[in-house]
Amino acid sequence: MSSDIWTFIFGRLSWDVIPYYDPILVGTFAVVLVVGLGIVALLFKHKLWGYLWHEWFTSVDHKKVGIMYMVLGLVMLVRGFADALMMRLQQAIAFNGSEGYLNAHHYDQLFSVHGVIMIFFVAMPLITGFMNYIVPLQIGARDVSFPFLNNFSFWMTAGGAVLVMLSLFVGEFAQTGWLAFPPLSGIENSPASGVDYYIWALQIAGVGTTLSGVNLIATIIKMRAPGMTMMKMPVFTWTALCTNVLVVASFPILTAVLTLLALDRYVGTNFFTNDLGGSPMMYVNLIWIWGHPEVYILILPCFGIFSEVASTFSSKRLFGYTSMVYATIVITILSYLVWLHHFFTMGSGASVNAFFGITTMIISIPTGAKVFNWLFTMYKGRIRFELPMMWLIAFMFTFTIGGMTGVLLAVPPADFVLHNSLFLVAHFHNVIIGGVLFGIFAGINYWWPKAFGYKLNEFWGKISFWCWVIGFWVAFAPLYVLGLMGVTRRLRTFDDPSLQIWFIIAGLGALIIAAGVAAMAIQFAVSILGKNKDWDTTGDPWDGRTLEWATSSPPPQYNFAFTPIIYDNDAWADMKKRNAQHPTQGFRDIHMPRNTWAGIVLAGLSVVLGFALIWYMWWLAVLSLAGIVVVSIMHTFNYDRDYFIPAEAVVALESKRHKPVPAGE
Amino acid sequence: MSNTVQAEPGEKLEFYDVVSHEHTVHGSTQIGFWLYLMSDCLIFATLFAIYGVLGANFAAGPAPADLFNLPLVAASTAALLLSSITYGFAMLDMNEGKQGGTLAWLGITGVLGALFLGFTLYEFAHLIHLGAVPQRSAFLSAFFVLVGTHALHVLFGIIWLVTLLAQIWLKGLIPANQIRVQCLSMFWHFLDVIWIGVFTVVYLMGMLR
Repeated sequence: MSSDIWTFIFGRLSWDVIPYYDPILVGTFAVVLVVGLGIVALLFKHKLWGYLWHEWFTSVDHKKVGIMYMVLGLVMLVRGFADALMMRLQQAIAFNGSEGYLNAHHYDQLFSVHGVIMIFFVAMPLITGFMNYIVPLQIGARDVSFPFLNNFSFWMTAGGAVLVMLSLFVGEFAQTGWLAFPPLSGIENSPASGVDYYIWALQIAGVGTTLSGVNLIATIIKMRAPGMTMMKMPVFTWTALCTNVLVVASFPILTAVLTLLALDRYVGTNFFTNDLGGSPMMYVNLIWIWGHPEVYILILPCFGIFSEVASTFSSKRLFGYTSMVYATIVITILSYLVWLHHFFTMGSGASVNAFFGITTMIISIPTGAKVFNWLFTMYKGRIRFELPMMWLIAFMFTFTIGGMTGVLLAVPPADFVLHNSLFLVAHFHNVIIGGVLFGIFAGINYWWPKAFGYKLNEFWGKISFWCWVIGFWVAFAPLYVLGLMGVTRRLRTFDDPSLQIWFIIAGLGALIIAAGVAAMAIQFAVSILGKNKDWDTTGDPWDGRTLEWATSSPPPQYNFAFTPIIYDNDAWADMKKRNAQHPTQGFRDIHMPRNTWAGIVLAGLSVVLGFALIWYMWWLAVLSLAGIVVVSIMHTFNYDRDYFIPAEAVVALESKRHKPVPAGE
Repeated sequence: MSNTVQAEPGEKLEFYDVVSHEHTVHGSTQIGFWLYLMSDCLIFATLFAIYGVLGANFAAGPAPADLFNLPLVAASTAALLLSSITYGFAMLDMNEGKQGGTLAWLGITGVLGALFLGFTLYEFAHLIHLGAVPQRSAFLSAFFVLVGTHALHVLFGIIWLVTLLAQIWLKGLIPANQIRVQCLSMFWHFLDVIWIGVFTVVYLMGMLR
């Protein structure tokens, strides 16, 4: 009887699902607990909870939401990278009959969670953070179109991350690979909580991503400053537009297909089962119809960042602006026509494979055009080798090679040999690290002074740069070799001792990258805490060309006291060239959105709902769902959503703009 | 927010907007909602694709011709299509500022939506009674989820509609409420369009199978 009550209250949650028997997880838990409690204690000691709540958590300011996205992405990068180091160590030692130090149960979770975290909770938050912060500034807007939705989207993304982190200590994560193909992810083969954590974490984060996509498209379409026609938009904004079109046009597919997988697992429907007419291959098709656009969602904004960096640090206009825009649009469209190249081996027949092989190769044409545009931008430019420019050059070198191995994989007969091999693993890390991460690092170094008012430390930045670039090649070049020798991915132990040396080299490369991660952490710490900050009092430390540099650093919450009027591409460079003077009088009240607690509360309830569904706590699921509905309806009864910053306050803020920074800071 | 600024040669250019034309508060709402609808449309597209691929996998179980009752579906279709017309009348009254008429027509729309929902629930109960449960075959899984997702949307629309009735009652036809009525209108007509697809693909073409 008491077990019935237990089951009713806690579902399938019990002490057995806590992995206290695994010393690695217990150790991790202890560290997380100590660090977490330390942070909480510090926040209490300095009475920062109120500040965090009022200034950050409930803030609808696109700049603060953007920074919160970046913090989330960087924290999760550390987690995802720790998983990568563990895998590299396992593969480097599991030879000659050794089982390594990870059992299969743990190792399979590692490679699944590494992929999920790196794509959904590192790369996505980081690029969304950039788009949030930069796009409204670049188009001369006060905020995004739907400021509340923006805050809500962030918290949904964070909520998904919370569920993934929770799976480390309560239950387990999926052991299915990062896309959880059925029938392996079906209830018969994965009865435990892992796949359910996967499903609900991605569903919750997916809502946030889709809504932020809607928000940013509406912002770019409707909120541009007067004069900024589509073909006068900065390239980063263009790539943000295309990326968010891809988000809105692909994430609903992921939502639908994960819902169907959940129904198969929870209700017993037969969408992706092996019997009663289900079709697992339908899942593979649908998830890659989302999955391929997803990789372009990640890379396009990075192309945008590199375009800004190339023209700023070459001190000239971007070469081939129009071709850059059209290349972006063509990539956007083509990204929907290539999904089948992820499973040429499914057996769709020669004609279908040939079609998708050719469309895949065609994508390299607009991408190649972009690389040439960056090169021609640098040609005869007055190049400054600041950190963002160094990342650009490392990117062009690394990404081009990654692109070429991609074209190689696009040849179906070659793919039959290389499918699921380490060659593929090396290829996509080559484009995602060499493209997306390098782009994000370029962007962090480029826009940091805009967000915080001072430049990042250059010495540690350069150390981090060299460790990342060299470490990347040492870590992944061996995987190309191993892949060509036929080693498949996701293996835990190896029989052939001659392979070990390559895995040891790859492990050393991962250690060099670890040094790069550490150097980057030191770079941030030194820059934030250091006494001799490289203060930027102008708002324009790099001699920038686009509108985000036209306001102070950091920008006031309303971004621009007077909306700029645009006559040409590179609006800010044009304004500087024509000696535009900022008005000194005539300030008016500025209309701004109010902060709201609804976003964080709704996301919190969603996490509870996800947790209840994972553990079959049905009463809690019903309760939290009802809570979500009630809070949403309550929120719609709040009509008091905006306020005015009085003109005097604007004058006070603006007059501080050009004052020198007080000594001793 | 005009985008037609042109630089004439030699003209003294204004680089800052000192006369201010603040964007209207709801300037982006319609396009934003439209984009949301398109994303929702893709969820239905996925479900239609699933139905298209798996819809003939009966697994030796019942097929559409064994299950569907076209007169019943015709009645529920009529209820839903009629509700779109009544919503249109609500919009007309709202544009003329008639609060009572708007509320009345919205109420009628909600009742028709509830009627449609009742038909769907009745059909589901009937099928489950026959043993044609979603677990029986991939066809039935696809059928229940496609039609069920549409029904859930109608339910959501009705909850929204009731909330909106209360809000108009409390605040009147203020601009903030007008834009909400417009968004719900788009949502409601969108569900109609989806239903026409469901009616055609699932029921009519299913009976021909």
